[in-house]
Amino acid sequence: MQTGYELSHLAALEAESVHIFREVAATFERPGLLFSGGKDSAVLLHLARRAFWPAPLPFPLLHVDTGHNFDEVIEFRDRTADRTGARLLVASVQDDIDAGRAVERPGGTRNPLQTTTLLRAIGEHRFDAVFGGARRDEEKARAKERVFSFRNRFGEWDPRAQRPEVWNLYNGRHQQGEHIRVFPLSNWTELDIWEYIDREAVELPTLYYAHRRRVVERDGMLLSAGRFITPQPGERTFDATVRFRTVGDATCTGCVESEADTAAKVIAETAATRLTERGATRADDRISETGMEDRKREGYF
Amino acid sequence: MSRNLLRLATAGSVDDGKSTLIGRLLYDSKSLFDDQLAAIERVSTERGGDAADLALVTDGLRAEREQGITIDVAYRYVTTPRRKFVIADTPGHVQYTRNMVTGASTADLALILVDARAGVSEQTRRHAFLATLLGVPHLVVCVNKMDLVDWSQERFEEIRAEFAAFAAKLTVGDLSFVPVSALLGDNVVEGSEHMDWYPGPPLLRHLEDVHIASDRNLIDARLPIQYVIRAQQGLDHRSYAGTVAGGIFKPGDEVVVLPAGHTSRVREIWGPGGGKVDEAFTGMAISLTLDDEIDIGRGDLLARPGNRPQQGADLDAMVCWFSETAQLRAGGRYLVRTAAQTSPAEVTAIDYQLDVNTLHRLEDVEALSLNDIARVRLRSRQPLLFDPYRENRRTGSFILIDPVTDQTVAAGMVTGRDTGAHAAPATVVWHRSAVGRDDRAHAGATIWLTGLSGSGKSTIAVEVERQLVTAGRAAYLLDGDNLRHGLNAGLGFSAADRDENVRRVAEIAALFADSGAIAIVSVISPFAAQRAKARTTHAERELPFHEVFVDTPLPECERRDPKGLYAKARAGELPGFTGVGSPYERPTDADLVITPDLGSPAEIAAHILRELGIADR
Repeated sequence: MQTGYELSHLAALEAESVHIFREVAATFERPGLLFSGGKDSAVLLHLARRAFWPAPLPFPLLHVDTGHNFDEVIEFRDRTADRTGARLLVASVQDDIDAGRAVERPGGTRNPLQTTTLLRAIGEHRFDAVFGGARRDEEKARAKERVFSFRNRFGEWDPRAQRPEVWNLYNGRHQQGEHIRVFPLSNWTELDIWEYIDREAVELPTLYYAHRRRVVERDGMLLSAGRFITPQPGERTFDATVRFRTVGDATCTGCVESEADTAAKVIAETAATRLTERGATRADDRISETGMEDRKREGYF
Repeated sequence: MSRNLLRLATAGSVDDGKSTLIGRLLYDSKSLFDDQLAAIERVSTERGGDAADLALVTDGLRAEREQGITIDVAYRYVTTPRRKFVIADTPGHVQYTRNMVTGASTADLALILVDARAGVSEQTRRHAFLATLLGVPHLVVCVNKMDLVDWSQERFEEIRAEFAAFAAKLTVGDLSFVPVSALLGDNVVEGSEHMDWYPGPPLLRHLEDVHIASDRNLIDARLPIQYVIRAQQGLDHRSYAGTVAGGIFKPGDEVVVLPAGHTSRVREIWGPGGGKVDEAFTGMAISLTLDDEIDIGRGDLLARPGNRPQQGADLDAMVCWFSETAQLRAGGRYLVRTAAQTSPAEVTAIDYQLDVNTLHRLEDVEALSLNDIARVRLRSRQPLLFDPYRENRRTGSFILIDPVTDQTVAAGMVTGRDTGAHAAPATVVWHRSAVGRDDRAHAGATIWLTGLSGSGKSTIAVEVERQLVTAGRAAYLLDGDNLRHGLNAGLGFSAADRDENVRRVAEIAALFADSGAIAIVSVISPFAAQRAKARTTHAERELPFHEVFVDTPLPECERRDPKGLYAKARAGELPGFTGVGSPYERPTDADLVITPDLGSPAEIAAHILRELGIADR
């Protein structure tokens, strides 16, 4: 309940996100929502559905499938699309590799390859606005990105040519072939996301909560041993109670030891944790200080 | 665990220690993670430092580091058990006025950094001016580097006095000062052992305590329609979605749909996801249905029939020019986008440019370049619905978009309708018009509403104007507060300035009355001498002058307190506020006395027109 005509921080963040969704639906021809099955995209979808209640979602979901997904995530993706009646489009990185448009990197991660597939899908479906779940607290390149982020015909982001964003007056104007990435969760932090998941009982893939899993320790991270990760000489696998803080490419997304099996317990842990979610568990973000900035310029999420 | 959200903008340069302060705020409030800190320590060491340089927390993009500059607004987040803070961190140099405007546009509070050694600088003044221009309700001046002035209370008081003297020229709602050392952490999150002379809380504590609930406008109900939600699931559903931009909406409320002017009642209101809402207030994203089937779409705006926004194609506005490549000149064509509408528009004139450092007005300006701020006149192809920015930041703001490049080229704040009023130089002689008073269709008059702040003067005045216009009469509302945006923008709240304010309003009213219009004046005018002078101004020109005393008792005005001014006055923040720190001399010879028991504003307005015998003249 609200008292004294003041919104709680979650209500204020929700209102801002809902406003953004409605603004895009009203002013763009063909929006799409990037849905990876991760927790941020689960919250994104939840907010989008609430923005248009009781009408069905006025745009489809797009999943860029690296082929390196955890099974639980794919299962969650399909079940969520079924449950919500949303139209799900899948763009496969494997198709681009097979067609020679993308080349596997040493080490096997397909995260950077997603850019090719994403831009192809945006072109094929003629999306003029693409919702993403990026947050400004994730990374310093994101900290300076607009809510409405202009992309040129090559999908590139130019941090020096961003449109000033004043009040909540968004400028989504663009020419044919250009598009706008829209980030309704810009002002949310990881803690906000978890508090909202708890408040709204947003369903997530099971791997976000503590479970037993066979893992291998590599570069100070715990990686899930199995289809995508085979122990190297000198590495040993062991069982641990873990949860994932992000779910990306399974070849480079680590998990943390945790007993948190509910959102409330995750919140308690998140409030106490001393590592960012990307710093803790994403090898791709550790490559260099400017890893994200470089990838974003090329058209990454 | 109920937190609320406070948006703040920081202004200051690296030299003032702004980055260090933000780093300190994040670090000491545990908003910084170990891996971020490790990265900072690594970079600090690489660059030859021996301890973690907290300023690096705000280190930005490689593109910026390569040039040693900050090019953009960066957003940071701090969460405490009581509040979540969204910090818009804006670079401080003069060429980044654009970024400061961006950061301040949504801010509840502006944090201005001053180097204790350097004192109030040109840059400090510029930041304070921009924050007030953008209507940021709270200013906090952080006097930093106190460690370098031996924690001197004297130095702090000196800076405080200097800043306060300057701020008196601005409209600052709430001003606080905190002496800090961002480098050592004194008074940032923790208190200071070095400054036991400072009685106030540390910065973060102050930010948690600032009272922001009264900043929002809960009086003037405004709902710009963003999107129409349609669904055919069993029942046909058609609701109008938008974010409340002012006031409160409740089921059963009578509303008017603008610009068409149809009236109806609110049937149901829903929050996101379909939760029933009893009262929707500013900032809430809602959808609602009405009792009547009316054609409503994006661009329409709902308000209360007795409290409508202004409507017109000609606006006066302050703009900040954003384009690096194009200049703004009279005749420039753009798209104007407001909370509700988008329309082609032309900038018809640049009235003057403001020097953001000296606040001087530069006349005869041909063109505006990046970061220039100016007062312009704008003509929109389609009439716009708006409120003055000072009354409502959501319905008083707009952006200009270049229709060719699609760039956002300006941010604008509406000061009011374009009245074309310009001060005449002293050498101008009076020209007698060829049209005599008897040649005009109607006899003009002035209705002068006096009373305490919150007495209901303006609400009644709006209604009087509406009824006269409906009756086909030329009528014009001269609101004391509104005139302070334009004609009287240079005046403060000293006794002399308040007298001058009333004098000007009286002069303008007389001109309107002389033109055959009914001037409806709503101004506190607390002193008998001021009102007598206004009466004389009219009598000299043989113009009817009707003094109407809106006699609402002080406790009732204070209970209403629509602008939160009484609360501030009681807190000692508004010295000289009428009714609290300064007397209101009750009129003894008013032509009409209005008490709250006379009915609704509409009924009171009808009563006034009847009693004064104006409507039928």
